[in-house]
Amino acid sequence: MSNAAATVTAEPQFHPSAKAGADTKAPVRIAVKDLNFYYGQFHGLKNINLNFHDRQVTALIGPSGCGKSTLLRTFNRIYSLYPEQRAEGQILLDGVNILDPKVDLNDLRARVGMVFQKPTPFPMSIYDNVAFGIRLYEKLGKSELDERVESSLRKAALWEEVKDKLKQSGMGLSGGQQQRLCIARTVAQRPEVILFDEPTSALDPISTGRIEELIEQLRDEFTIAIVTHNMQQAARISQFTAFMYLGELIEFSQTEKMFMNPTERRTQDYITGRFG
Amino acid sequence: MDAINTRAATPLARSRVRPGRRRADALLRGFCAFATLIGVIVLGSILLMLIVEGVRGFTPTLLTQPTPGPGSEGGGIANAVLGSLILTTIGIVIATPVGVMAGTFLAEYGRGSKLASLIRFLNDILLSAPSILIGLFVYTLMVRPMGSYSGWAGSVALAIIATPVIVRTTEDMLSLVPGTLREAGAALGAPPSTVIMKVSWRAASAGIVTGIILALARIAGETAPLLFTALNNNSWFNADLMGGIPNLPVMIYQFALSPYSNWQQLAWAGALLITVTILALSIVARVVIKPQRAR
Repeated sequence: MSNAAATVTAEPQFHPSAKAGADTKAPVRIAVKDLNFYYGQFHGLKNINLNFHDRQVTALIGPSGCGKSTLLRTFNRIYSLYPEQRAEGQILLDGVNILDPKVDLNDLRARVGMVFQKPTPFPMSIYDNVAFGIRLYEKLGKSELDERVESSLRKAALWEEVKDKLKQSGMGLSGGQQQRLCIARTVAQRPEVILFDEPTSALDPISTGRIEELIEQLRDEFTIAIVTHNMQQAARISQFTAFMYLGELIEFSQTEKMFMNPTERRTQDYITGRFG
Repeated sequence: MDAINTRAATPLARSRVRPGRRRADALLRGFCAFATLIGVIVLGSILLMLIVEGVRGFTPTLLTQPTPGPGSEGGGIANAVLGSLILTTIGIVIATPVGVMAGTFLAEYGRGSKLASLIRFLNDILLSAPSILIGLFVYTLMVRPMGSYSGWAGSVALAIIATPVIVRTTEDMLSLVPGTLREAGAALGAPPSTVIMKVSWRAASAGIVTGIILALARIAGETAPLLFTALNNNSWFNADLMGGIPNLPVMIYQFALSPYSNWQQLAWAGALLITVTILALSIVARVVIKPQRAR
């Protein structure tokens, strides 16, 4: 990480360092077409067009209130919990428009998992937390379920820490462990896409590092979209980056290009710390 | 201008607080302490009297024998204790599902809806309704058509008093469950009913149980609604809920007004017993809610 230059210069401060470069030929999993979003009267997203590629990490960056979380929350339609929020346009997941009212929401959410800003362990045992999502859709035998819980916890790099206390409450874990538990819970459902909404902003640097490593590994299996306030984080873990401002998508490109050589003036200003 | 100058010139060793403010503070403090003292003295003397008189009535037969007939010696209040236990148990068994479900509706399904605000408003009215009105209501509803005072009517009256308490605490406790937890449940594809039963209720369980215990404490000592419904029955308890049932509050009411000194003594003992029970329930409620706060 060579961001030692704390002085404000025109030079980008964040150097992309994701272990894998962007695979521009990866098929498109999510295609956003002319998406508009409203909170009651407020126009939160304006004509968004954007593609998310298979097994790539796409970071959404931008100042607070720019609509990056709002965009993320359309991909599993979690916004529909709130009657005053609505989306118009199209979001194609493998070619199917998920904004179609006929789409089964629970089915969609099993395919598109989400990890939140604050860890959200349920008030139940570690085992039951992970098994929660599996039990909603599949009837597994005891040994199969045990296996799935273990493999999910392993994928979330939590197994070694909790294997002897699976029956204990998930609320008793540290913040970073809780967040990995939530990742395990999401992974356990075998989704195709995982959405991360500022997953490390409530965590200490060490836990943040572990989650970032984890996201890097999860990319082998899942298509990932991550909202982050931390530009270094976006540079570290993503292959593609979208910069949003005031509800609009300003620039979308490979992370490397975005941070080294942005096209838009506003992107340049934001990533060099002139505003935001 | 002058005032500012003098204050600026005041040496640091001296206080910069104006004397008026000190006086106001002392006055308010004194008033608060006085008011607290009055409250504590009143409560203390009630308790003291209750304990002194009540303990005297604690005879070996208190909990083993039924209430004595007029003029006869000895006896206890076993029938009234048992009757009270049955009435409050049935009352809380009726009130709990209704209250928890209604509270769940208000906090989960009806959040922000007009219907929910109306129900919440009506519930608050019911919460503070004089209990004698509820007694009269059940009297008209059940006692008159059925032709006699009955244990069932008493239980229903108690349930009506307990329900709004449970509704209120259930709603309050569910409102404390963070919305992100519900979102996390929904994000896993769980339908609302599953999120409520497996996540929200679990997260709020200690608080909901506390609400039920407090409702139990509330109805354990209610007299007015029972006067018109369960009334009393001096016989040894016969488990017939279709007839009047002996119970502590009404027993206390009748015996305390009686001319017989042993009846008055039993009334004191009963009053102490109820007070101790309510105190115990309140303590249990506090213990139950503690782990949730610590989390």
